[in-house]
This record gives sequence, structure tokens and C-alpha cells, in this order.
Amino acid sequence: MKPMLQIQGAGMTFATRRGPFVALREIDLEIARGEFVALIGHSGCGKSTLLNLVAGLTVPTQGVLLLDGRELKGPGPDRGVVFQNHSLLPWLSCTDNVLLAVERVFGAREGRAQLRERALAALELVGLTHARDKHPGEISGGMKQRVGIARALAMEPKMLLMDEPFGALDALTRARLQDELARIVRATGSTVLMVTHDVDEAVLLSDRIVMMTNGPAATIGEILEVPLPPLREAPRNRLEMAHHAEYLHARESVLEFLYAKQQHVEAAA
Amino acid sequence: MVAAVFHQRAEGVLPANQRAEGVLPAAKAEARPMPARAMAAAGEGAVRPTPPARAARDPFDWKGLAGKVLAPIAGLALLIGIWALLTQKGGAFPTPAATFDAAWKQFADPFYRNGPNDQGIGWNVLYSLERVGLAFGLAALVGIPLGFLIGRFATLNAMFAPVISLLKPVSPLAWLPIGLLAFKAANPAAIWTIFICSIWPMVINTAVGVQKVPQDYLNVARVLNLSEWKIATRILLPAVMPYMLTGVRLSVGTAWLVIVAAEMLTGGVGIGFWVWDEWNNLNVAHIIVAIFTIGVVGLLLESMLLLVARRFEYRS
Repeated sequence: MKPMLQIQGAGMTFATRRGPFVALREIDLEIARGEFVALIGHSGCGKSTLLNLVAGLTVPTQGVLLLDGRELKGPGPDRGVVFQNHSLLPWLSCTDNVLLAVERVFGAREGRAQLRERALAALELVGLTHARDKHPGEISGGMKQRVGIARALAMEPKMLLMDEPFGALDALTRARLQDELARIVRATGSTVLMVTHDVDEAVLLSDRIVMMTNGPAATIGEILEVPLPPLREAPRNRLEMAHHAEYLHARESVLEFLYAKQQHVEAAA
Repeated sequence: MVAAVFHQRAEGVLPANQRAEGVLPAAKAEARPMPARAMAAAGEGAVRPTPPARAARDPFDWKGLAGKVLAPIAGLALLIGIWALLTQKGGAFPTPAATFDAAWKQFADPFYRNGPNDQGIGWNVLYSLERVGLAFGLAALVGIPLGFLIGRFATLNAMFAPVISLLKPVSPLAWLPIGLLAFKAANPAAIWTIFICSIWPMVINTAVGVQKVPQDYLNVARVLNLSEWKIATRILLPAVMPYMLTGVRLSVGTAWLVIVAAEMLTGGVGIGFWVWDEWNNLNVAHIIVAIFTIGVVGLLLESMLLLVARRFEYRS
């Protein structure tokens, strides 16, 4: 199958006061339609920078990114982004926050009622119908993150880009949202690229795990194919996985990469 | 909680180099109790820390009442007491009782007219408010859009920042001759003076507000590919609103401050003219009545705008 996203020789160099800073170099990666890919690495390894390149928020200084064979130039509604800090607008209700995204993509073709229906359907997908009229300040962190996911999904993007979406949540809420995300992926068949620093999250959700070397000048160290049926086809039970040999083996490989091969060195400030 | 910081009357304690008046560190923001509907939020993690509950205290909060009601009354009583003490030997300065008598007579018939130079205090206040309203309205019309432009475009900021810093500290009295020269009439000159003095807080606060719109919101605008119009109406305007209203509040205060000086010099009916006229009549009691009236009206203007500002508070 032809890959949906192609990253070819991408690199990112920032100009700083102390001269050029190479954040990423020689990134080559292909993601197929319907695939769930996790990006993992120590903090400062440039995984968020890579996600921002795919999102179009920054332009690579080397190489090229193609989505369905076309070069990416800036952000677009074909990629839905879920931010770590949810980034909901506090003066709009949950529905209006989602509606803002929906209007931009479908506003030219559909009427108000239809657009609203889309927004409500997206909120229903993340199980937030009861909170649709609430403002972000009135709901919990986990709920805000779900509204963020609904906003991204409501645009019917080709890809879902998630930047440590559950990083700021407590462990129990995080587990529930991971299950929720798995269910949504099965229901929608979304292609997902997710940045994470949580090994279990990466193994539990993804089909492939892209492991990044330490920065500066970070690049892809190893790519692990998770030896489990694709997430979009079969649910993965958290309890069963706890003593599933293949799962544990995959988890061990990631841990080994992170803590033996790429031991985190605190960057000298 | 961004907005809460704007509702403290603490402008006086700000360091002189603070760029926007009234912009205090968020840490000083008072904790406000959550509205009931937020408490009812169901779903995961909806259990939030209860606000410092008032209900948990005794049925009636006597200590709080003493602090909120008795202390201000004691302060006012102290002022009047010292005033009475200083004036008990007689002299040109009226006693509190004489002043109160004069005020009673003035406010018993605030809207009398005995020719152009002798009208009730009600008329004087209304004429002054009209001038302030007109001048302040014009200042808002010019100042807020100007603030938006300066905040949005760095080049304009670089162009206007020195000009604003230069003109902002100029006394209202210095602007009056320019107004007289340009308009060749007293009333427009007074309005011009108020306009030019009250425009700066609105320009500066709006500009700072635009510059402080969180990058996260602008990133959202970028990934959603919003149009410039949507960015302006759905993101910039709501985000800037609290800053803008602080500017408006400071501007109204300044306008009301300047009106007395402007009217003293330009004449016509108005509270400032009235102060000067009563000085010429050597009616000191009326001057004190005017001072209190000016204070109360200024306080009311500020409270009104605080109420408006509260409506635009949001919690992120």
C-alpha cells in the first residue's frame, strides 16, 4: 500500500543567538493509512519538533514531507492536532469550541444545523454529550482533553496528530482516555501519529513505535513493530496485556532502547 | 483567572516602569468561589476542591462584617472628626455641620436655573458628565483600534512607543492652549484636553492585551486554518477584552480627573466651573460639597465599569 505520510530526509535547524542549533537530522519515515504510530524518546529529543513539522506549524530546514503525495506547506484541516495542554478557548462552550473547527472545514457547503450536528456527533464520540454546553473552565482536565480530541476529529482529518495528549493527566484518567482513544480509532479507522514519553502507552496503543535518539541532532534510532494485531482491528485488553508475552517483550525492547542505549544525559545548561 | 487581576484598585502601587497600568502578576489574583453549575459537573475527575467555603463558617460572619462595614465607617468618621477639631475655633473654613447644611440645601433642589452662571449642582454634574462622555467616547473610538494595530504589528509598535511615552505624562493644562488655538472655542478645547489625556491607557492596555494573547490560542488558529476575521472575533477580541476594559476604566478615571481642571479654565456650566465660581464667591462650603460630589461620581463611574468587566471574566 502506498504510504499516506512520507518524511524524506527531514531536518530542522533553529537559528539561536549562540549560532545554529540542529534539533533534528535525517528523518526518514513512512506512515500507512490506518496506522497508529508512537514517537518516543527522552525529553529534548525533538519528538515534538517532528510532530510540529507534520502539523505544518514549522517548516523543515532540510528534506521534504509529503501527505498523499503532495508536499506539506503549512497547517491544514487534513491534519487534526491535539495539543498537550488542550488549548481550548475558555470563552466558548465545548460545542462552540468544536464548532469553530467544523465551520472552517464544512462551513462553505453545509448549513448551521448540519454543522452543529457534526459538532455534537464529535462530542458524542468522545462521550461528552452531557458537557456540551459547559465552558472549559467548568470541566476536568480529562474532559478538556476529550473535547480537544473531538475538535480534531470533527474536521475529519486524514491524520490525527497528538502531542503527549495525556501527559498532564493522572494515571487513572490517562488509562481511561487511552482505552477511549483505542475505541475511537477502531470506530473511525483514523491514522494517528502520537508523541509520548510513556512506554506502556506506546506499546498498548501503537502498531509501530518510532524511538528517537537523544538530542541535539536527534534522529530515528530504532523502529519497533509491535507484535500484536493492529489496534484498529482488535481491542487490546490492559489486564491481559499485563502478562502477554509479546506485549512484555515489546515493552522490554523499548525500555532497553531508552535506558540502556540512549541513557538520558541531562543537557549541560 | 487571567481577568481577575484587573479588578483590583491597586494602580497606585505599581512600579513606574510597568508598561500597562493595572496589569498585576497573576499570583495576586483573588481566589473566587466557583459557580454552582461548575460544582455540579458530572463525569470523571469532576470532584474539585471546594472553594474556601463561606457556608462552613458560622451562620453569620460578624468578623467579616466588622472588617467590611465598620472599618470604612471608622475611617470616614476619623476624617470628619479631624476636620471638626480643626475648624471648631471658627475661621474661613466651614465646619462639617455647616458643610452638611450647604450640601443638604444643594441636593434638595439640584436642578434649579437662575441664569447661566447659577444653576443647580445636578446640572453642573450632568454637563460635566456630557463633556466627559463625549471626549472619552471619541478617545475610545480612536484609542482601541489604534491599540489593536500597535499590538498586532511590531513595526507600528516600534513607531508609536516613543511617541506615546513622550506624550503620556503631559499635564492636561498643557494641552488646553493647543485646543484653544485649534478650535477657537472653549468647549471643544475642554473636550480635546480630556480626549488627549484619556486616550493613552486605552491604547496601551489594548496593545499589551493583543501582545499577550497566549501562543497556544494562535496555534489553534493556525492548525484550524481560521480566517483573519474569525481570528479577530473569536480569539483576539475575547482574549483582549479584559485588558481593554482595564484601559477603559483607567481612561474614564483620567477623564473625570481632567474635567475639573479643564472646566476651571474654560468656564461654562460644569462641576469644575462651579468650584471656581464658588471660590470667587468665597463660598468654601460649596467647594467642599463639590469635592465630595466629584469623588462620589468618580467612584460610581469606576464601580459601573467594574461590573461590566466582571461579565467578561473567564477561567482557562
